[in-house]
Amino acid sequence: MNKRNQKNNRDAQPVAIIAAGNGDMGFIREVKERSGTDLSACFHCRCCAGGCPFVEAMDYSPHGIIRLAQLGMREEVLKSATIWTCVGCHTCSIACPMAIDMAAVMDALRGIAIESDAAIAEPDVLDFHREVLRSIERYGRTHKLEIMMRYKVKTRDWFTDMDVGLRMLAKRKLDLMPSKVRNTKDLKRMFRKNAEGGIP
Amino acid sequence: MSRSKRIPLSYFPGCSMATTAKENNRSLIEFCEQIGYDLIEVPDWNCCGSSSAHSVDAELAQDLAARNLTLAPRGRPLLAACPNCMLRLRGAQRHLAEDPDAQQRCEARWGRPVDPNLKLIHFFDLLAGADMKGLNKTSPGLKGLKFVPYYGCMLARPPAMRHEPNHHGLMEKILSDLGAEPRRWGYGARCCGTFLSVVRPDVVGAMVDAIFRNAAAAGADCLVTACAMCHMNLEVRSTLQNRIPVLHFSEALALAVGEGNGKDWFSRHLVDPRPMLRSARLIG
Repeated sequence: MNKRNQKNNRDAQPVAIIAAGNGDMGFIREVKERSGTDLSACFHCRCCAGGCPFVEAMDYSPHGIIRLAQLGMREEVLKSATIWTCVGCHTCSIACPMAIDMAAVMDALRGIAIESDAAIAEPDVLDFHREVLRSIERYGRTHKLEIMMRYKVKTRDWFTDMDVGLRMLAKRKLDLMPSKVRNTKDLKRMFRKNAEGGIP
Repeated sequence: MSRSKRIPLSYFPGCSMATTAKENNRSLIEFCEQIGYDLIEVPDWNCCGSSSAHSVDAELAQDLAARNLTLAPRGRPLLAACPNCMLRLRGAQRHLAEDPDAQQRCEARWGRPVDPNLKLIHFFDLLAGADMKGLNKTSPGLKGLKFVPYYGCMLARPPAMRHEPNHHGLMEKILSDLGAEPRRWGYGARCCGTFLSVVRPDVVGAMVDAIFRNAAAAGADCLVTACAMCHMNLEVRSTLQNRIPVLHFSEALALAVGEGNGKDWFSRHLVDPRPMLRSARLIG
């Protein structure tokens, strides 16, 4: 490195600092137990980020989440938008040279985030998932019209997609009545796991 | 494929095909009938958990998928055409096979045995061995149809499933055997956005528009997709004024064997494919 560069380096402000001093080193083990995937295998080749269709809507790239986990930065991971933006399409998994099951990792991280009451960076995503599960709890199958209506109520966003909904109704794409499972006892058995109605 | 040698298959339609994509469901059943398979719906099946159950509750996701496995009659393969349903059912079956405790719990919960040898077959598995060129000699075929295949994420799989058969290029092969012309493009494996379509329509809209623009630039008259959810997201989220229609793979197949005329499938599309099909002389 020549003198000039040295000077520039001294003067430049660092772009981002990851303060990794107080890492929770049990975190990566917890993720491994839940996901069946060893995150320490990741050497950050960035293949996952390169292929991810939604990386631009994320705050950390997929391998960024892994890096944070490797550094034990539990809170940063759990409050990231990335874990809610990932749809689990497995595009990254087919590119990953270490066969990391990113979708399973994201499932595990969402589970931990919910259980540890972490701040949810994308509450609308969680609200949507909850409405889908409530629909399955009620009918055994998803009733799209009701899911959308309830999601609108929950997010208080009435007008986005009104036109889409009307076009779908006109094309008979949204059934007014749900398709149902007859054996409601089976459904109760699946959802009667915790006191608050079964849905996390 | 003669009428006399018919093969019964258990069939798991899944929520999308049973409701929003009935045209996908009907055309699939009719096409299968034509090539010698009778689809018998799994009695009282439930949702596989979709993209939501596994996202927030692993145990519930396993229960939802596994209940369906207990409902499938022994000795008859179970067919599903929805890629996500298939993935969930296969994931649940793998979990039961790997964990004897889970298998026991599942059987105790439902009071029914689970057939560990239940064969799960995706619609693509069924077609992979079929002789479409032979079929083409006796059927109207798809001559004149220029299409781009849209697989979405269905060919991408978790690492644990890496060694299972993968059907890259299957839609191109089958449909070109039937006389259609696949166009080359680079967007066939872009994810459709699944639930982000609802939560982040801005993000998914831009992506879907890029998919349509590239399909048209490749010289296609339509996209062909093998997933009902992809179909919906493509149709619903595009903001383009002029865009080409999206056919379900099953609709294209049913058309090829002469089952498409006079059906109410195409009126259920947000972008009406009938003008395109008429100009390609595939419907009257």
